[in-house]
Amino acid sequence: MSERHHPLSAEDIDAMIEGHQVHRDVYTSQRVFDLEMRHLFANTWVFVGHDSQTPNKGDYYTTQIGNQPVIQVRHSDGEIKVLHNRCPHKGTKIAIDREGNTGKFFRCPYHAWSFKTNGCLLAIPLKKGYEGTGLENTDNAKGMKPVGAVKNYRGFIFARLAEDGISFEDFFLDSLSSIDNMVDRSPAGRLEVAGPPLRYMHKCNWKMLVENQTDTCHPMVAHESSAGTAVKIWEELGNPEPRPPAMQIIAPFMSPYEFFENMGIRTWPNGHGHTGVHHSIHSDYSAIPGYFEAMCDAYGEDRAKAILDENRHNTIYFPSIMVKGPIQQLRNFIPLGPDKTLVESYIYRLVDAPDQLLARTAMYNRMINAPTSIVGHDDLEMYERAQEGLMSDGLEWVNLQRLYPVDGEDFSEEAVENGTTERQMRNQFDAWRKFMTATMRHSALGTPEAAE
Amino acid sequence: MNPVTKEELIDFIYAEARLLDEGHYDDWLALWLPDGHYWMPLDYKQSDPHLVTSLLYEDMFMLKLRVERLNGARTFSQKPKSRCHHVIQRPFVDEMDHEAGRYVTNTSMHYVETRLDDQFLLALTATHELKRVEGQLRIANKRVDLLNSDAAFGNIQLLP
Repeated sequence: MSERHHPLSAEDIDAMIEGHQVHRDVYTSQRVFDLEMRHLFANTWVFVGHDSQTPNKGDYYTTQIGNQPVIQVRHSDGEIKVLHNRCPHKGTKIAIDREGNTGKFFRCPYHAWSFKTNGCLLAIPLKKGYEGTGLENTDNAKGMKPVGAVKNYRGFIFARLAEDGISFEDFFLDSLSSIDNMVDRSPAGRLEVAGPPLRYMHKCNWKMLVENQTDTCHPMVAHESSAGTAVKIWEELGNPEPRPPAMQIIAPFMSPYEFFENMGIRTWPNGHGHTGVHHSIHSDYSAIPGYFEAMCDAYGEDRAKAILDENRHNTIYFPSIMVKGPIQQLRNFIPLGPDKTLVESYIYRLVDAPDQLLARTAMYNRMINAPTSIVGHDDLEMYERAQEGLMSDGLEWVNLQRLYPVDGEDFSEEAVENGTTERQMRNQFDAWRKFMTATMRHSALGTPEAAE
Repeated sequence: MNPVTKEELIDFIYAEARLLDEGHYDDWLALWLPDGHYWMPLDYKQSDPHLVTSLLYEDMFMLKLRVERLNGARTFSQKPKSRCHHVIQRPFVDEMDHEAGRYVTNTSMHYVETRLDDQFLLALTATHELKRVEGQLRIANKRVDLLNSDAAFGNIQLLP
């Protein structure tokens, strides 16, 4: 399975995933990464942005789906469109700034070809130069190409690059309950993005980050230096109450294994899952005055309690985002190469909730997920050491065996298990294999498509 | 008591940077007033530290934690340790309020941090709010604006 010269086949991909282990090539191989971009990130529903990032007609925001540069834009009909960020003429990126307003149309800065905000070609200067050339029969003349499909789910924009494939609902199934819970925490049932995201560069494979989100056996080890020292300083100060914010947010990372075992992990089909079924490190935050009352006014007391009693920790929306419902945070793991990943961490305001909730969310984001975070530092150290260590030929397999049933397991049904299981990581690789190989095995012509 | 001179303010800024470069963190913490905040905005010209994300907005508990962690036996990202280096342009003294004992300086600097084979450079402007308390200059608040605050960074482990 080392880098060979023939194209990788679906069978090669299959052979990298065994029930309890995965071959290191899934993290290190450029050829595997190229196939992920071409198949996995095209066949799945990938997070693009939040609709509040583009609230007005003509507002746009630039990002990537896998390695594909795209523009999220609010069209003149009010709908969100997602377009490939490439002029159909010479390939020039149409928008470079991270966000802006383009008015009624995009205009390429190179030769002034212009496009409606749904991508359709609007005008070409000196168009008579194309008369009789057959331009109108080309894909180039159609304009900026939209992605295969777009879904706005309660404000969260997802896209599927492929024209055909699994529907949004069939892909996410009941995992959407985590987004529901995050949005329902707003008395108005609505979120708004709060400022730009943290942008944190990681010299490691994107999947290591995704796996770490449900890795409940690392916090008390890797984060001892931050969480353990926080507890020590607090005790030296005589256990002051109310606890300093750092104690509320960082100290729960030092919870014992039993806490994480009892927390529970739920998996859904297609690689989605979450930690914190029964309780989580977000359970014991102090109450914010006026919030519960606002929730009761909006939903009634029983429903308000039910919404706030969910304390889901990290929800993975496979392949590449994590959502923290109780603190309205979303982390987007953007793959840039087999050993390079950009992590963007967004926070959202709960519309009609007290500002103190957002202040705590902003604090969480900077304390835990900033490139200046004493918690983030140790996570990144582990990922980068793993990326370098995987180059060792001493062993070619990565182990995912914690609480693995030797008879194999079925990921097609929702399941709730011990909170320290690595089942969710195995669930991700089950989905990885499925969506990697789906279009490798079955091309549009019904014959196996060459993988390279 | 004689009023604080411009030169004393400027010397203070230089001395603070030297404490950081030489790793004298306890002495550095002792410069601070107890309710001070070290703020490093995420957005260019950011005005609010609370309701949007910053890179840092740390009270004394967090700063103490940050500094103590650097010396821990299990601080894995600091094995081996990082080193840093500040190159300071002469500070501007923007405000001198002798009556209130309050002073504001504005200092451009280049900050270099290194660990193993990696080294990076940040250009930044530090704004210090200083107060004279019991005859001593202390840091009431410090704001550090990175020139490229909105860029994607790897680990920034020490204090620019």
